[in-house]
Amino acid sequence: MAYDSFNILKSTAVPLTIENVDTDQIIPARFLKATERVGFGDNLFRDWRYNPDSTPKGDFVLNNPVYKGKILVGGKNFGSGSSREHAAWAIYDYGFRCVVSSFFADIFRNNCLNIGVLPVQVSAGFLEKIFAAIYHDPDTELEVNLPEQTISILSTGDKESFDINSYKKSNMLNGFDDIDYLLNIQSDIEEFAKKLPL
Amino acid sequence: MSKTLFDKVWDAHVVHKIEGGPDVLFIDRHLIHEVTSPVAFLGLRNRGIKVLYPERTFATADHNTPTINQHLPVEDPLSANQLKALEQNTAAYGIRHWGLGHNKNGIVHVIGPENGITQPGATIVCGDSHTSTHGAFGAIAFGIGTSEVEMVLSTQCIMQPKAKKMRITINGSLGKGVLPKDVALFIISKLTTSGATGYFVEYAGSVFEQMSMEGRMTVCNLSIEMGARGGMIAPDQTTFDYIQGREFSPKGADWDNVMAYWKTLKTDDDAVFDKELSFDGSEIEPMITYGTNPGMGIGITHEIPDAKQVEGGVATYEKSLGYMGFHEGDQMIGKKIDYVFLGSCTNGRIEDFRAFASLVKGKRKAEDVIVWLVPGSHIVEQQIKEEGLLNILTEAGFTLRQPGCSACLAMNDDKIPAGKYAVSTSNRNFEGRQGPGSRTLLASPLVAAAAAITGKVTDPRTLIQ
Ligand code: SF4
Repeated sequence: MAYDSFNILKSTAVPLTIENVDTDQIIPARFLKATERVGFGDNLFRDWRYNPDSTPKGDFVLNNPVYKGKILVGGKNFGSGSSREHAAWAIYDYGFRCVVSSFFADIFRNNCLNIGVLPVQVSAGFLEKIFAAIYHDPDTELEVNLPEQTISILSTGDKESFDINSYKKSNMLNGFDDIDYLLNIQSDIEEFAKKLPL
Repeated sequence: MSKTLFDKVWDAHVVHKIEGGPDVLFIDRHLIHEVTSPVAFLGLRNRGIKVLYPERTFATADHNTPTINQHLPVEDPLSANQLKALEQNTAAYGIRHWGLGHNKNGIVHVIGPENGITQPGATIVCGDSHTSTHGAFGAIAFGIGTSEVEMVLSTQCIMQPKAKKMRITINGSLGKGVLPKDVALFIISKLTTSGATGYFVEYAGSVFEQMSMEGRMTVCNLSIEMGARGGMIAPDQTTFDYIQGREFSPKGADWDNVMAYWKTLKTDDDAVFDKELSFDGSEIEPMITYGTNPGMGIGITHEIPDAKQVEGGVATYEKSLGYMGFHEGDQMIGKKIDYVFLGSCTNGRIEDFRAFASLVKGKRKAEDVIVWLVPGSHIVEQQIKEEGLLNILTEAGFTLRQPGCSACLAMNDDKIPAGKYAVSTSNRNFEGRQGPGSRTLLASPLVAAAAAITGKVTDPRTLIQ
């Protein structure tokens, strides 16, 4: 499923200071029984967001109307645990296009890049600055500039650069995914398959 | 240039190298199940594309399926819906499907090998992290996300950077009552759950050379629990003997051709690994876990370590022991057990049932323990009957369930109740993994058998004549 292309994203952000947010918390296992990729956004952080009787928990950040935007800023070691891609879907479907943290679990980062959510890894110090700026003023905007590989806090002028491999970068810029790439080289793949022993 | 086994198999499957990006890797065999495939098929439909090589994909239903009364309709509507979706999708795209009730149905990582689908030198993927199991045959095998399932269906390739290489060598021989599961839990306890992150592991040394294919599968299966991308063992005569004659294995002249190739699949003498570790097989005891990740394991006669002795945060350690209801310094031997689960893609094969039966033979199941014996597949179930193991189990007071993942992830009704203790031969002891509030002690089939007849954690060596 190709996704929206990503260039420069300017948006307010939602702060989630918790560390080690694992994929079971992002989307609990009981929501893996779906057969379509719809409605995962409703169950994003389900057990933190809602009581067992489905009433919202007032103290959780997604339930606080003050904080909104297309950028989710998370504590260190974001996305650890199982390889379920449903975790990245839930984040995308909720409306986030970018997750910022000081460390990402490998498979989660890969899953995000595959579906059009940009993971931006910043230094621990810069993450602190982002949280501080948002808590000071929830309307603080962040600017994520993919062509230049930088992230800035617009109110303070703080800026840092981030890494992304050049292949994934060009995919994100164009809204291409790996399948688009692979479909383009399908004849090479078919030639290759003819020479395999198995 | 000298190459490792991993290099040889990986390099032989690279269709394209992308500057500053991943490799395009051709996938020989693709396994799918009901939980991680439906959205991938939806993606194909949305793009209006077909499955490139339907004959390279094999489907089974295992994660959601009940382990009793499989002839009746599945009660949970969501599970039933996923099973139906798999049936329809495989029919629409011409993919072989061994669904519920089919005589080849079973856990995805059990049926691949037993039908000869898993072969040396192959690349094998599945939307399930324990795909590493198939590395036991000298294949490169690992778990993938749903987008990648769609990539494999549509183009038979995925795009991944090559992993770093680690070799774990264990020489010497294993003591009485020590099984491959103990070897794996021992390694994970040494490396921790993230010790092999970023690596593909090759297991080498006499301990693995002497192991059966079932044992090698158990070890490779658990590679993922130390963070590794996958694990593999060089194919040898044991491997070839296992494969020969199975339904999807090469026959006749094809067999001779592949054998010539398969025999080249070993690490060159002077090949270099990014990391090398070695252990002594005689050091390994029957193992058991006491915490909430597979790295929290000890020899069964040991005490639970102090927080100070373990790596990582004290608060996390204490939270984990609190969840389990255990304390630093506790003896594991003698702890009361409520449930025993023999099964899963880690220990649901015929050899695991042989080990369990050998220990319970002539004894009685403990009164107050609930025991679930779940074969990994119908073929395993059949073998249990043919070898007379079912009689032994029945005489000792046990019953056999029908195949599936069952209490390994408790997506069906086989859930351990909150607060109860289970000795389980599966692979994850995370909080709530076997049901909300469940407390899991991972161990070998022999330790499971000892718990099943004594109702507590018992050193199986004291029960072996
Ligand atoms: S038995 Fe457990 S680990 Fe194995 S495939 Fe099934 S759910 Fe996954």
